[in-house]
Amino acid sequence: MRTHGIGAATLEREHGIEQVESEAADVALATSGDPHAFERLYRAHVARIHSLVRRMLTEDDAEEVTQDVFVRAWQKLTTFRGESAFGTWLHRLAVNVVLARRQALGTRRGRYHADDSPLAAVPTPRRKHLELSVDFETALDRLPDGAREVFVLHDVEGYRHEEIADMLGVATGTTKSQLHRARMALRVHLER
Amino acid sequence: MTHGATRDPWTDRLSEYLDDELPDGERRRLEAHLAGCADCTGVLDELRWVVGRARALDDRPPASDLWPGIAAKIGAPAARRRLLFSVPQLLAAGIALMLLSGGMVWTLLHRQAATMQVAAHPPVAAPGAPTVVPVGLGGVDSATQTYDRAVADLQTVLTQGRGRLDTATVRVLEKNLKLIDRAIADARAAVRADPASAYLNQYLMRTMQRKMELLRNAAVLVSAQS
Repeated sequence: MRTHGIGAATLEREHGIEQVESEAADVALATSGDPHAFERLYRAHVARIHSLVRRMLTEDDAEEVTQDVFVRAWQKLTTFRGESAFGTWLHRLAVNVVLARRQALGTRRGRYHADDSPLAAVPTPRRKHLELSVDFETALDRLPDGAREVFVLHDVEGYRHEEIADMLGVATGTTKSQLHRARMALRVHLER
Repeated sequence: MTHGATRDPWTDRLSEYLDDELPDGERRRLEAHLAGCADCTGVLDELRWVVGRARALDDRPPASDLWPGIAAKIGAPAARRRLLFSVPQLLAAGIALMLLSGGMVWTLLHRQAATMQVAAHPPVAAPGAPTVVPVGLGGVDSATQTYDRAVADLQTVLTQGRGRLDTATVRVLEKNLKLIDRAIADARAAVRADPASAYLNQYLMRTMQRKMELLRNAAVLVSAQS
């Protein structure tokens, strides 16, 4: 038996290598116009992209904008040269699509002004209920747009302040204060 | 420590402290403050908890499958992508070849590209050349198999049509295919040795893309000569 004597770590490692080669092959095929390969890329990445979009916009907009992200990705695949991982490239594309959508909707105006009043809209479930992700997501959804945007990009997605400031066209001091504002808002409501 | 209705000024620095973004001097002063301020210590713990929750959020897919809508939107462009192969694209591929082979290939491709009828026939739809083979979604290595099949199909086109190309072009194409195959084999071996290396993974991806581009452009040349 091939698996005799092979540890879980080895199997996991080999599985990971297969996935790497599989994605590389799919990117090459999709770039050359194969929609089936692109569908596989879509299925591999849709949960992450949809979650990003949903957290930065609204549940109502999420599906349409997620579709838009993948359509744009298909159109721009020939510009992907592998300087970063495909997932990283796609994720950054998604952020750009979301920001463009927000700008089109006119929701960015004034979002970075300090105003604590909207924080009262953040729901106040008891802490034990917040062990469920969905409750945390609901609290996140009620944050003011600017604070939510920075919180999602920094704390959920792992972007640095310099990157976020560059994407949003604001100073890093602004993103830091928005991040703190978001965390404090979530904390305040968690402790009630 | 709270001061009546006024918030402790150190509270506004706790996120920066948590993210290790405070200058050394401020960090030391804040740590000294934290040692004697239960309120700030409590807030810091809660902020840490918030950050932990954010990092642990699960991604969830959309409630409905979005692929049919995406497929409908990319359907027409997908067909066009396969039919249209512009001269600039061919020249770009020629430049890639030049980088691989040391300069002679670009001249050859450029000369041929200038005389051929672009987009009259899709490159992978040349006589006897199967297009990309549709496959199901199951199996982690299905993409690799599909890629290998597509490569094999394109190589068949090249084999069958090599008689229509001048021998110098064939020689250069084959030389570059060998170079790329060796690069792919090396990259695969390197990825197996160090699967966590982003550089190696990206290099493998780029090399596989390069092979597809080379073969597709070779198929274009064959098609243009027929």
